[in-house]
Amino acid sequence: MNANLSSDRPAPVAVLPLEVDSLVKHFGQVIGVDGISLKLQSGECLGLLGPNGAGKSTLIRAIAGRVIPDAGRIEVFGAAAGSAAARAALGWVPQELALYPRLTAAENLRAFGSYYGLAGKKLEDAVAWSLDWAALQDRASALTRNLSGGMKRRLNMAAGLIHQPRLVLMDEPTVGVDPQSRNRIFEMIEALRAKGMTIIYTTHYMEEAERLCDRIAIVDHGRIIALDTKEALVHSAFASRSQVLARLEGPEAQVTAWVTERGGRLVEGTAQFTIEHPNEIASLLDGANAAGLELVDLSLRRPNLESVFLHLTGRELRD
Amino acid sequence: MVALRRDRVSLVLSFVVPIAFFSIFAVIFGGQHDSVSKIKVVVVDQDQSRASQKLVQGLVSDGSLVVNTKPAPTKDQPAPFNYTAETAEAAVKAGDVSVALIVPHGFGDHPFSFGGKSTNESGPAIELLNDASDMIAPQMVGGLLQKAAMTAMPEAMAEQGMKYTDQYIGGFTPEQRKLMEANLDQLRKIESKQAADGASPASSASGGGLIAVHNRSVVGENKKNPMVAFYAAAIGVMFLLFTASGSAGALLDEAESGALDRVLSSRISMTGLLAGKLVFNILLAFTQLTVMFLWAWSVFKLDFFSHIPGFIVMGLCTAFAVAAFGMLLASICHTRAQLGALSTLAILVMSAIGGSMFPRFLMPEAMQKAGLWTINAWAIDGFTKVFWRDLPVSALWPQVAVLLAIGIVLFAIARRIARRWEYA
Repeated sequence: MNANLSSDRPAPVAVLPLEVDSLVKHFGQVIGVDGISLKLQSGECLGLLGPNGAGKSTLIRAIAGRVIPDAGRIEVFGAAAGSAAARAALGWVPQELALYPRLTAAENLRAFGSYYGLAGKKLEDAVAWSLDWAALQDRASALTRNLSGGMKRRLNMAAGLIHQPRLVLMDEPTVGVDPQSRNRIFEMIEALRAKGMTIIYTTHYMEEAERLCDRIAIVDHGRIIALDTKEALVHSAFASRSQVLARLEGPEAQVTAWVTERGGRLVEGTAQFTIEHPNEIASLLDGANAAGLELVDLSLRRPNLESVFLHLTGRELRD
Repeated sequence: MVALRRDRVSLVLSFVVPIAFFSIFAVIFGGQHDSVSKIKVVVVDQDQSRASQKLVQGLVSDGSLVVNTKPAPTKDQPAPFNYTAETAEAAVKAGDVSVALIVPHGFGDHPFSFGGKSTNESGPAIELLNDASDMIAPQMVGGLLQKAAMTAMPEAMAEQGMKYTDQYIGGFTPEQRKLMEANLDQLRKIESKQAADGASPASSASGGGLIAVHNRSVVGENKKNPMVAFYAAAIGVMFLLFTASGSAGALLDEAESGALDRVLSSRISMTGLLAGKLVFNILLAFTQLTVMFLWAWSVFKLDFFSHIPGFIVMGLCTAFAVAAFGMLLASICHTRAQLGALSTLAILVMSAIGGSMFPRFLMPEAMQKAGLWTINAWAIDGFTKVFWRDLPVSALWPQVAVLLAIGIVLFAIARRIARRWEYA
């Protein structure tokens, strides 16, 4: 990050970048956020992992000051959410491509920079840094509507960071981009992390949360149902147990009955079992054989965040 | 089709727009209502003779005219003096009335000219002061004046006839018959000459009548292209309204894309954002007007450069009102389709009633009054004062005050409605 852009805003040591306390927001009968509390340490990247409609975006929008909570309190570096101080300290990358399609990439950055009070050389430096960070220098003069989907996503992120905020809210920044562009976005976020920026990152892709985040909050139905590091989350759900994934062939009803009898789950045609020791695999194989089912594929894996989510909610993360 | 069906406002408006527009034109042109436009005339009777008084009475009793001999009473002047030639001319210049008639001293001695031309024998001609932009009113008043002379002054006609008999016929001696023939010959010559000359609107004697009338344009007589200023303003304002509502519609695009949310999460407040857009739209509208008037100057010889101060004042006030109107429409609507339909309806209705398509002075009285609720009418009136009547900037205060008030009120309402975008 450009040193002269960030050095003039030293964060007070004692003040947390973000503190959310008992936040509640309903939209009519629909629950948006239902009593969320969390604290964010300086330089931390917190992942909000949950399915669509879990309340991640509502929480982000409330922190950005765009949603007025029904109850609860949000403080950004000690200032109430939505206040001028909180808005200046925040950078928000919304899920939508919130850009001006008829402006060029550089013009979009200039526009959003000016909305944050940047002008003159400071603005031009910020635009140059943002274009560099988003690897869009060679497309600076291209109309935004003519950029590829991945480029638009990167520009969308750059527009949220043009004023060098101290806390960044990223709401599913990789939605709808191809794997190559996604990797490029990961590199951008990792560059921010390397600079010690505090980030909240929402996603419903567990690989993204695993790769980018220090701690992960699993969000469902407007609540945080677990919040910890990835390892701690997995450990608290599975301890030292492992997962066996087996694909079986046979009559569907017979397969379902056998998997249920052995305490497993069928997920998209694959039977999942949790075992304490690898030697339990032999017993599973014998059982399948005895039930007249043919084993097509078998693998052993350590539980991941998806497993944790399934374990905690009984549902798939992408349901 | 499905999208239109779901956007009920757009669907309804797409049927309402043509019906509303048709109805307005039906009222203006169709004569469905009794309130046919009456021509306002000021009459100054300098002669105060029996003949002149009869003539004025004849005009007053004509249902097609609104005849005034003195200004309407006000608080300051509960019993105002009669119009004089000067104040009557000023009233035409200011656009308060379409036509003024000055009945000169000595008119009663020889009221009839039998040929329309004022001569020593027929006495002085009635002066008809008119505004060259209104080509219909002087023609109508001229005709009605002759009608009034025919119907309201039979006595005078007989008297004049006797005078003619005494003067020209006497006892019908051969000599007298010769005289009469010569006189009729002269009348025929006058008639054929007038037919060959044709009508001259700026300053002419209205030919063929019983009484001599001298037409004089007191406004626009020196204008090279009389209606250009009017249409530059009239058409300009209408398209300004379209531009302003289209430009303000960017707000809806921003709301839809999420850019508005993002802007409002920065340092910019909703009031600041709307004010910024308002200023931009004012400048856009003013530039558009300037280009329009420069085009009128370069192609249609509009006298632009000697009216710069008035143009700037009226241009900025009009641009402000129009820009605020656009902001209001954009804040009311939820989609671009709604904005398109609503703005088309509102702008076409305002333009039709407000005189952008058809001069208001030719509309029925009620429609003229309704026009005062439109931006178009006030803007056109102001520009007409500047370019047509050559009035000073100080004379623009009613238009300036109303346009500024319209702008402030519309912007305040737009700001209020825009609260829906502020927070969820």
